[in-house]
Amino acid sequence: MPPEPATTAPSKSATGIAGFDEILLGGLPTARPTLICGAAGCGKTLFAITFLVNGATRFGESGVFMSFEERAEDLAANVASLGYDLDGLVEAGKLALDHVRVERSEIEETGQYDLEGLFVRLGYAVDSVGAKRVVLDTIESLFSGFSDTAVLRAELRRLFTWIKERGLTAIITGERGEGLLTRHGLEEYISDCVVLLDNRVIDQIMTRRLRVVKYRGSAHGTNEYPFLIDAAGISVLPVTSSGIDRPVSNEIVSTGIAGLDAMLRNGGLYRGSSILLSGVAGTGKTTIGSHFIDAACRRGERCMFFVFEEGAEEICRNVLSVGIDLRRWADAGLLRFEAARPSLYGLEMHLARMQRDVAEFQPSVVVVDPISAFRGPIAEVHATLLRMVDLLKSVGITGLFTSLRTTGSLHDGTDQALSSLMDSWIKLMDIEANGERNRVLYVIKSRGSSHSNQVREYRMTDSGIELIEPYIGPEGVLTGTARITQEAREQAAAERRQRDIEQRRRASERRQDALERQIAELSAALEAEHDEARALQLADAAHDAGLSRDRSAIAARRGGAE
Amino acid sequence: MITATESPPEITHRLRLIVAGSTIRSRRAIENLRRVCKEHLGGHSDLEIIDIYQQPQFAKEYQVIAAPTLVKLLPLPVRRIVGDLSEEDRLLRALDLAMLPAAGGA
Repeated sequence: MPPEPATTAPSKSATGIAGFDEILLGGLPTARPTLICGAAGCGKTLFAITFLVNGATRFGESGVFMSFEERAEDLAANVASLGYDLDGLVEAGKLALDHVRVERSEIEETGQYDLEGLFVRLGYAVDSVGAKRVVLDTIESLFSGFSDTAVLRAELRRLFTWIKERGLTAIITGERGEGLLTRHGLEEYISDCVVLLDNRVIDQIMTRRLRVVKYRGSAHGTNEYPFLIDAAGISVLPVTSSGIDRPVSNEIVSTGIAGLDAMLRNGGLYRGSSILLSGVAGTGKTTIGSHFIDAACRRGERCMFFVFEEGAEEICRNVLSVGIDLRRWADAGLLRFEAARPSLYGLEMHLARMQRDVAEFQPSVVVVDPISAFRGPIAEVHATLLRMVDLLKSVGITGLFTSLRTTGSLHDGTDQALSSLMDSWIKLMDIEANGERNRVLYVIKSRGSSHSNQVREYRMTDSGIELIEPYIGPEGVLTGTARITQEAREQAAAERRQRDIEQRRRASERRQDALERQIAELSAALEAEHDEARALQLADAAHDAGLSRDRSAIAARRGGAE
Repeated sequence: MITATESPPEITHRLRLIVAGSTIRSRRAIENLRRVCKEHLGGHSDLEIIDIYQQPQFAKEYQVIAAPTLVKLLPLPVRRIVGDLSEEDRLLRALDLAMLPAAGGA
């Protein structure tokens, strides 16, 4: 930091380039020249022209584009693809284009000269539209047309002074030189603000980056920031938001799967949280993600589905087979698919694109399927994902990230690194046993909520994913057929037991009956005996009476004879 | 060679000298050019001197960067000769007159 006393902050002119103004903390220094340098094809001209077009269309500042390379017609044609209507702006008197031809073969030098012609041209163009912004693209071409570099240097120095005196905010572009920011050391003259553009090709993927080398009198973002050039113009991706203080929500959103909501105890996930869904191939990551989206769309929320392995149509068709109709949400404008091959851009490019799309569509739920599609050095992937999570969290978007794990093991490097970024982590696994594969899931963590510790089996049915009541018994937790057979086995045993008891009960009854019958028979026998006894008694009594009667009769007969 | 046989003054050289204000350098360029025209071209030149301070639109029209600049429109190809035209050899060569001093200078 230079030990300069704090002076009044320089006023700034916004470029209108998303992200760039944030890095510059407002814009380029007003009434100062800014050097934008970089190798060929870095986007210098595009930055410059965007600065002018935005100035004219959004900030009410006319501009002059002085091109030392491209002809005005070529320039207009080149930027038409970005939706910039240079001809229209020229007609409206908001832009002046001047192509300065520097052709060594056409120029002869005899004696002394200066670059007053250029000054007059620039001054004339500035006056013709009342310009506040000026671009000189690429002024170093002059060095190829004129041999007297001492004159050129002196004149360039004078030109930049003139620009300041005229109160023009200027962008000077310069081609990167060896060991220098520009071929002819323009940075020596332009010391107010220097921006370096760079494009690097790593693993055949190009990433554009930008760095503010210096900005006199102003703080600025110092990192290298990736930026994106596509049909929507330039987007610069600002830093990872510095803090982790964000508005938090206590609102709970459903995952769309009743069983899973129940596992999360408080009925779902916090709005604005980030969820990692990791699992091996074929465990239904996309399906669960689709459930999540379906649930959000049912609530009338907007969703974005970033897909890197399948096309939108494929996903719609595939999840329809489990009863989730995403197409109707897409048709209703609630759901937007963004499909791209992971290898299409570098990591940062994807991130930049994502950021732009999210800012444009303003979804409340974002699903990224899968993040494991991003390949590259672990540290870089991690940094990108961190920014991705940050990006969503900073605006309160609930993010669901799926991750394909190549092994079924519990611990995996990428997942581990990601875990700290995620509020909830649901792991999907498949268990191979008894000649079949069964899907189970469990919640590894869910910040701010107690959650089930169970490993739950789930099935994909015609109406979506369904969690199955767990079998927990003396045999442990069983899944799939094992669970079913175990249940059947237990039922059979119970039935058997039941039958057994029944049988024994019946046998006992039979025995009771038998005994009772025996008792009845014995009673009958007893009764018979009683009868017999009584009959005998009577017979005996009758016999006795007969005897006495006989005896009396005999006595009577004897007495009579006497 | 051909010019010498033509009786009406045919224009062989169409020249525009662009200067920025009446500086010493401008005046020197004008003097140098006038002298060369008189000595080597006679009446065959169409010379116009433009001060871009007065008429700035011509700076763009004639693709002027440096000042002074002598734009040779004819004979083709178009050339821009920058500087105060003090180096006569180079000026003559640039105006395709380099062979003439050898032939007519005797």
